[in-house]
Amino acid sequence: MGEYKDPNRRDFIYIAAGAGAAGAAAMAAIPLIGQMNPAADTLALASIEYDLSKVAEGQQVVVKWRGKPLFVRYRTPKEIKEAQDADWKTFRDPQPDSDRVKKGHEQYLILVGVCTHLGCVPNFGAGEYGGWFCPCHGSQYDTSGRIRQGPAPKNLEVPDYTFLSDTKIKVG
Amino acid sequence: MSEHKSTYEPKTGIEKWLDARLPIIRLGYDSFIDYPTPKNLNYWWTFGGILSLCLGIQIITGVILAMHYVASADLAFNSVERIMRDVNYGWLIRYTHANGASMFFFAVYIHMFRGLYYGSYKAPREVLWLLGCVIYFLMIATAFMGYVLPWGQMSYYGAVVITNLIGAIPVVGPSILTWLQGGFSVDQPTLNRFFSLHYLLPFVIAGVTVLHVWALHVTGQNNPTGVEIKSKEDTVPFTPYATIKDGLAMILFLVMFAVFVFFAPDALGHADNYVPANPLQTPNHIVPEWYMLPFYAILRAVPNKLAGVLLMFGAIAVIFALPWLDTSKVRSMRYRPVMRWFFVLFVITCVALGWCGAQLPTDMVFSMGEDAQGNPIGLSVVLLSQLLAAYYFAFFLIIMPWIGLKEDPLPLPASISEAVLAKH
Repeated sequence: MGEYKDPNRRDFIYIAAGAGAAGAAAMAAIPLIGQMNPAADTLALASIEYDLSKVAEGQQVVVKWRGKPLFVRYRTPKEIKEAQDADWKTFRDPQPDSDRVKKGHEQYLILVGVCTHLGCVPNFGAGEYGGWFCPCHGSQYDTSGRIRQGPAPKNLEVPDYTFLSDTKIKVG
Repeated sequence: MSEHKSTYEPKTGIEKWLDARLPIIRLGYDSFIDYPTPKNLNYWWTFGGILSLCLGIQIITGVILAMHYVASADLAFNSVERIMRDVNYGWLIRYTHANGASMFFFAVYIHMFRGLYYGSYKAPREVLWLLGCVIYFLMIATAFMGYVLPWGQMSYYGAVVITNLIGAIPVVGPSILTWLQGGFSVDQPTLNRFFSLHYLLPFVIAGVTVLHVWALHVTGQNNPTGVEIKSKEDTVPFTPYATIKDGLAMILFLVMFAVFVFFAPDALGHADNYVPANPLQTPNHIVPEWYMLPFYAILRAVPNKLAGVLLMFGAIAVIFALPWLDTSKVRSMRYRPVMRWFFVLFVITCVALGWCGAQLPTDMVFSMGEDAQGNPIGLSVVLLSQLLAAYYFAFFLIIMPWIGLKEDPLPLPASISEAVLAKH
């Protein structure tokens, strides 16, 4: 280290120019990185409407939403009872069934059909809990779509949706 | 030995004219003709040349395939089928490209194990090793994105599973995942950007390869004794000695390559990838290509998603750290009687991890009856993967530093030349 010298005008110009260049590079990075985020048309497809009267009791319809399968399930009274009576506080991702359906519409279970482990599509009707079974790594979900066994860390995701009328929902 | 004096003498007028302006012929002459090569290099040293050949084949066939391929979620699968059925020699070029990826990885694994065994990563070759690791990592990224392009079921779910690994990162993971996929799932934007990057990365690999060879020519090549070159006695000129030896190895390698391309072109692939991608239906058994299976096994060995992802990336990261983990003063394991056996065990571990990666995690390697609930007792694939993964990391993090300090190495030869003459 040499002896201390007061910064002069030249030092100031160097630092200001360097900071300007760094700022410009950072600003240039915003569009270069941001372009990879979902485009406007991708976002425009982000919500769909669905008519629930097309689903019969005990049936599951798979709809494509945001490129992923959406499970629309009309649950039987037995399934609803199992989902409500389960001791959810002991589960890996504890959540009561009432948090996963809309009040007054307990028969309809709307789920993103993507296993929370690594993204495979679980099948309904297999496994020990009356719900879904993922063929990839053996995760098992119950009739509320909650994770009960296997490697998946979370319950099947319930998307944001609202009832537009008694039989029509808007997802996303 | 780093300072090799140029012996190139331009003879013709054109050569003299060019040499004074851009000494590119001199560079080529000094690097690949007169370059002093250790005279004891064995055939394990031919894989560097073979790898350059692999990169060349992949780039040429890849550029051609890009002339016929359509990077669209609706058209990609059919465009690949069109290449296979209608494009002139399309089947040959695509099978060469697809099998070429496997050949590339086969060669790179031998190249890496060779470097590991003979201590080619040790001072002063750390940067050479690091650049090689960068190339390997770029190869993985390139191969993964290339595998997505045919847009079959395995392509699609491979992309889903691997991109979802990013989602395991706490807090920012899901945002990065959406950014990477360009949407809320693997779809058209993902395919399009993977195509762009798959075209770009091989040229980045080629650039890093130039740095890799540059670093190699600064330090000089390692050799089976691990003893540095001491005099002219220890070396032979690159041409014809290394050129011809590399050439023979390349021919043998290409014979094996051709056997796959012409007689078993789909042996290393998956039948499921001839089914068009369907986001609503997952194939029953998702497996990556064989060259990524060991890392896939490590990923699945841990029941915790984030920990699995970290360990998988850690398994690659630890290779970068190797030059600073090995405490031994001796380079070549030829003179390291204890470490040599840990190395053999390490190679077996890697192969066994690969086997585990191809099995269902719930499968049993062998079972010894059933418990009260009827579940099999014994060695499950998950348990075996855990044991193997433990050894994989222990090899680098415990055995490498520890054995290096404890081991009594065998006496080293005074020079390469002496070691060669002692054999005759």
